[in-house]
Amino acid sequence: MLEVANLEVVYNEVALVLRGLSIEVPDGQIVALLGANGSGKTTTTRAITGLLDVHEGKVTKGTVTFDGQRIDDMEPSAIVRSGITQVMEGRRVFAELTVDENLITGGITNSNRAAIAEAHDRVMTMFPVLADRRKSVAGYLSGGEQQMLAIGRALMVDPKLLILDEPSLGLAPKLVAQIRDIIVEINRAGTSVLLIEQNANMALSIADYGYIMETGKVVMDGEAAKLLKDEDVQEFYLGLHGAEGERKSFRDVKHYKRRKRWLS
Amino acid sequence: MTAVVLGPVVLAANAVDTFVQTFFRGAALGSLYALLALSFVLIFKATQTVNFAEGAMALAGTWFLSMVFVDWDVPGRWLGGPTWLHWCLAVVLAAGMTAAIGLVVERLTIRPLIGQPHFTMAMVTLGLEVVITIIAVDAVHLTPRVLAVPWGTDSFRIGGAIVAWSYLAAIVMAGAAFLWTWRFFKTRAGVAMRATAFDQEAALAQGINVGRVFAISWGVGAAIAALSGIFASMAPWGPSGVASRDGAFFVFRALPAVVLGGLDSVVGALVGGLIIGFAEVFAGQYLADHASILGYGYQQVVPYVVMLIGLLIRPYGMFGTEEVRRV
Ligand SMILES: Nc1ncnc2c1ncn2[C@@H]1O[C@H](COP(=O)(O)OP(=O)(O)OP(=O)(O)O)[C@@H](O)[C@H]1O
Ligand SMILES: [Mg+2]
Repeated sequence: MLEVANLEVVYNEVALVLRGLSIEVPDGQIVALLGANGSGKTTTTRAITGLLDVHEGKVTKGTVTFDGQRIDDMEPSAIVRSGITQVMEGRRVFAELTVDENLITGGITNSNRAAIAEAHDRVMTMFPVLADRRKSVAGYLSGGEQQMLAIGRALMVDPKLLILDEPSLGLAPKLVAQIRDIIVEINRAGTSVLLIEQNANMALSIADYGYIMETGKVVMDGEAAKLLKDEDVQEFYLGLHGAEGERKSFRDVKHYKRRKRWLS
Repeated sequence: MTAVVLGPVVLAANAVDTFVQTFFRGAALGSLYALLALSFVLIFKATQTVNFAEGAMALAGTWFLSMVFVDWDVPGRWLGGPTWLHWCLAVVLAAGMTAAIGLVVERLTIRPLIGQPHFTMAMVTLGLEVVITIIAVDAVHLTPRVLAVPWGTDSFRIGGAIVAWSYLAAIVMAGAAFLWTWRFFKTRAGVAMRATAFDQEAALAQGINVGRVFAISWGVGAAIAALSGIFASMAPWGPSGVASRDGAFFVFRALPAVVLGGLDSVVGALVGGLIIGFAEVFAGQYLADHASILGYGYQQVVPYVVMLIGLLIRPYGMFGTEEVRRV
């Protein structure tokens, strides 16, 4: 189980981006983490996977624990070894490397050849499109294929927890549905999933639990099915608001509702 | 190594022989440039550092060889067999010792600065160049040291053309180094290095030990620089001894090869090195009659002219990646 408790993250020693974030991903579950642009979702994954250093970021308060062990001060490679892998925002496949070589990087922390071969087979079975293009350079794959490669790469060490940062971004609806099914399949095979999305509908439709964050804090959480029905979430996320640019703050929506209730 | 630019060789009897001789000289010089460029590219690709200390590393390699093989008689003092075998083993040892210097340099000066601007890193390597050269030159006391190359200044004949064994040695060495690099890139460690070069954060996210990748690239880069220094110091380029500071000059002349091929391309290092080597030698041979117009020593300018023409056509080098990646 992953526990993030009261996490504070600061970039460049000044910009406080996470302000006491707390989330949990229990074993075997899919947990959705939703939030508008810039609310700190990617920062949360960086804090969990040890990548804050690269961005001059630092955990200034709080803890990240995985299976009872503190991981917030561990190296990225040690975190991967402990069983957490990720599909980064924007896929980030190694475009100059072939499909197979990308998968090799995914299994780099495992030196057991047999286990790697087995994981490779599993990925090929899960993504037949990749099986046909093993020797192709990843940069020539389509966006959807690259996303599958990024997911396959993250599965090469058979993780206990998989974090996906906006896997549906920029994909056609049919592909989004396909990615969704793949996530369910991965979860069924025993991997817990932390699913970060702007596509709340997709995420909540497969998640057990959901968190909604804003400016570095959780502003709402609950069972996914409940969130999906919640009017505020509906209004904010599911298309009942204005054009993309004039999206209101979730808190504004709530505030407004509260006042309305108070008036009536 | 000051004698890298030989005048036109007129020993050959006819045009074909002259061409063959010139071809081998060009290929050999190009191979040396390509080797140095390879060292440069490996280090740049992995750590985004322009390594101005290449010359010092090349010099260190030559110096180590002289020390190991001539002064200490290693491995000859323990080993029977032919001298040339001892010499080859000593070369490997010298390259290994230079690799150790590369590792130390990386750990102490480069890694703490990762993420700093290119300029800062380049300045650090320039400082290293000066420091290492001064140490080496002081230790050498400016006396050229003997390399005791087994084939010395010997040559062989192809028809009427005379080809120095050193030329063939340089070509073979470069071929072996590029072949090795190509194979290495397919191994797990090699894939990790290429991945890190492409996207450092994504590499970290896979659990790649980026520090180790840096270390490997500096170690291998230094070893290859040492090899290029050793093979460039042989007759007939050098007086068969360790040249003092001339090593650095040689390195700066390899820079056009790197820029022409592309700072971050191994294929570019090979092609760029060969083109520059051939251009320099062929221009030296066949334009010699016009030297009074072109100016004496015009061959030395040829690499830069070729580089400039190349850059006008392809600003990132022939095989370079556009906009050398995010720092
Ligand atoms: N390297 C950085 N240095 C400084 N500030 C940063 C850095 N990375 C992100 N931020 C800031 O932190 C805040 C949260 O960014 P983050 O990328 O975590 O949000 P996000 O929820 O993932 O957004 P998106 O939906 O656009 O991916 C933003 O205000 C962003 O500008
Ligand atoms: Mg993000």
